[in-house]
Amino acid sequence: MILQMRRRKLSLQLRENVNRMSVLVDKETRVICQGITGNQGSFHTEQCIEYGTRVVAGVTPGRGGQEHLGVPVFNTMKEAVADTGAEVSMIYVPAPFAKSAIIEAAEAGLKLIVCITEGIPVLDMVLVKAALKGSESCLIGPNCPGIITPEECKIGIMPGFIHKKGKVGVVSRSGTLTYEAVYQTSQNGLGQSTCIGIGGDPVRGMDFIDCLALFQADPETEGVIMVGEIGGTDEEAAAEYIKSEFSKPVVAYIAGVTAPPGKRMGHAGAIIAGGKGSAEDKFKALDAAGATTVRSPAELGSTMMELLGN
Amino acid sequence: MNLHEYQSKELFAEYGIPVPKGYPARSAQEAEDAARKLGGDLWVVKAQVHAGGRGKAGGVKLSRSIEEVGQYAGEMLGRQLVTQQSGPEGLPVNVVYVEEGSDIARELYLSMLVDRELSQVSFIASAAGGMDIEQVAADTPEQIFTVAIDPDAGVQDSQLAELSAGLGLKDNQSEQFANLIVRLYKLFVECDASLIEVNPLIVTKSGDVIALDAKINIEENALFRQERLARLRDISQEDKHEREAAEHDLNYVSLDGDIACMVNGAGLAMATMDLIKLHGGEPANFLDVGGGATSERVAEAFKLILSNDKVAAILVNIFGGIVRCDLIAEGIIIAVRDVGVSVPVVVRLEGTNVIRGRQMLASSGLDIIGADDLTDAAQKVVAATA
Repeated sequence: MILQMRRRKLSLQLRENVNRMSVLVDKETRVICQGITGNQGSFHTEQCIEYGTRVVAGVTPGRGGQEHLGVPVFNTMKEAVADTGAEVSMIYVPAPFAKSAIIEAAEAGLKLIVCITEGIPVLDMVLVKAALKGSESCLIGPNCPGIITPEECKIGIMPGFIHKKGKVGVVSRSGTLTYEAVYQTSQNGLGQSTCIGIGGDPVRGMDFIDCLALFQADPETEGVIMVGEIGGTDEEAAAEYIKSEFSKPVVAYIAGVTAPPGKRMGHAGAIIAGGKGSAEDKFKALDAAGATTVRSPAELGSTMMELLGN
Repeated sequence: MNLHEYQSKELFAEYGIPVPKGYPARSAQEAEDAARKLGGDLWVVKAQVHAGGRGKAGGVKLSRSIEEVGQYAGEMLGRQLVTQQSGPEGLPVNVVYVEEGSDIARELYLSMLVDRELSQVSFIASAAGGMDIEQVAADTPEQIFTVAIDPDAGVQDSQLAELSAGLGLKDNQSEQFANLIVRLYKLFVECDASLIEVNPLIVTKSGDVIALDAKINIEENALFRQERLARLRDISQEDKHEREAAEHDLNYVSLDGDIACMVNGAGLAMATMDLIKLHGGEPANFLDVGGGATSERVAEAFKLILSNDKVAAILVNIFGGIVRCDLIAEGIIIAVRDVGVSVPVVVRLEGTNVIRGRQMLASSGLDIIGADDLTDAAQKVVAATA
């Protein structure tokens, strides 16, 4: 109960912080890339710029004063923010340095931090979460594809071309399954309002409830596709929220029905431990909450189509 | 990464956490020498494998003479130990741990892990030690005590008091316990543990609080900064295929079915297994070739899949986002040709340059079954094994 209240507070705070944006990001959003000169950072930032994202600066310690991909590079986040007025950061720095990068972004006052980096030690994330408590920054990820508002702003590694502006909000713990949901809703014409990949790690930033609260408040979002997987109890918490607070149609799918207990299935967070976190429990909770669950990820788009009465 | 009990106990001792004296042994002779070195008249010989349930499986033996120590060690070493958690083939016993016997007055339970909801390291304690803790949690949740540690503040006195009271420890024992908790927390954080379990934690007849068993898992993502611990890895306890996969940056988990799958992305890989099951098949594995799948990786993945002789068909499911489908198709063609795949291969490609990719597969002259979408792919691969 206390957890629920805390979460709601966070969501309200989120909405205030970013009230200019539809769901977190739009075509006005100014973005800094941390780790812009690295392989990953370089490649994906270029794709984001091509998509139309307003990337205004990069940060790589020791590379300040240079220019990369046509944007200025700074040594620190403080300098980059002071110079550009950016409000969102996307992080591609290698895992050993990601903790510092996230905390630096928060200290520089960014409203939203999107951490793409995979393989961050979980105890580093424990420290990050403690550091972010009471801060105004929201974290998406780590180990996630990022966030995209189609045809406006892409922050992350998702393939831009499969997206289409529209009415479905997508929130997912898995990258490629997000793409499935996106692809299906683009094919059938529904399109997406915003898609958020919250990441596959056990300790992470925004969870399903935070995202659902944003979609609830967003007039462009008419329904939500939620893709969960085994491990943890985030989906069960989301089910409770859907039951009590969420009024739009939800289509939900959980990956990992066939996953054996105790085995880590690729994602660090995808493990059934101590009898908790099984796909069946999550399906059951979501069914009971009134969400429309599908047993096949091939049916995400068509089911949403039916629910929205098209 | 799992540590053996003897490795965990060495680490405990380093951090000043009380454990019974003991020595690892790799032969019956070494085991007898260890018993002599320990002295006394009661020893425990414990098989060192990465699986719980050793006691019931005959992997923990009380010995009342040096000869008995040697005999039990000889029986265990070089064998496969099959426990409830080891899988049907069991795990090889290459080391036994010879430990002094303890006079047990009480058995308690203690463990630590990262609480995902609170994002903090948590202690779980119960007076019901030596038992299956999940059963205790289900049957008598009031017997389980949990505290979460604020990483900035560290372990608080009030939390120590709460756990201590929950376990019914008083005075001197309570002090010993508090000391142990603080040291365990330090170990957990400094060693990047993902799990520490002490089952049982005992109170001896003379009133000492001692870790009678010790299980430590080190988080894989942190091994880059735990070089010393990373060297303790015992690959003989790991699945051979999973190990090979890790060497090629592939995420692989073996399962019992006969339909292999190769997928990009962990979530989609799980979903593909589920789809196979949904359409009446049984998945043979989980395999994530990663977002940046190259033709070399695809070839390695095929080799890995085919090293499992149960495999009767293969489903390749790739959503080409950043990766182009024509490159993936090229990788599949090279792999099928070079590796010599003799079972049906169903391929579902979607995403960037998909038409070109499908054309390449169709005109390759190889026996590759194309699929239009997820459902079609699952149906075709299940049909191929029927």
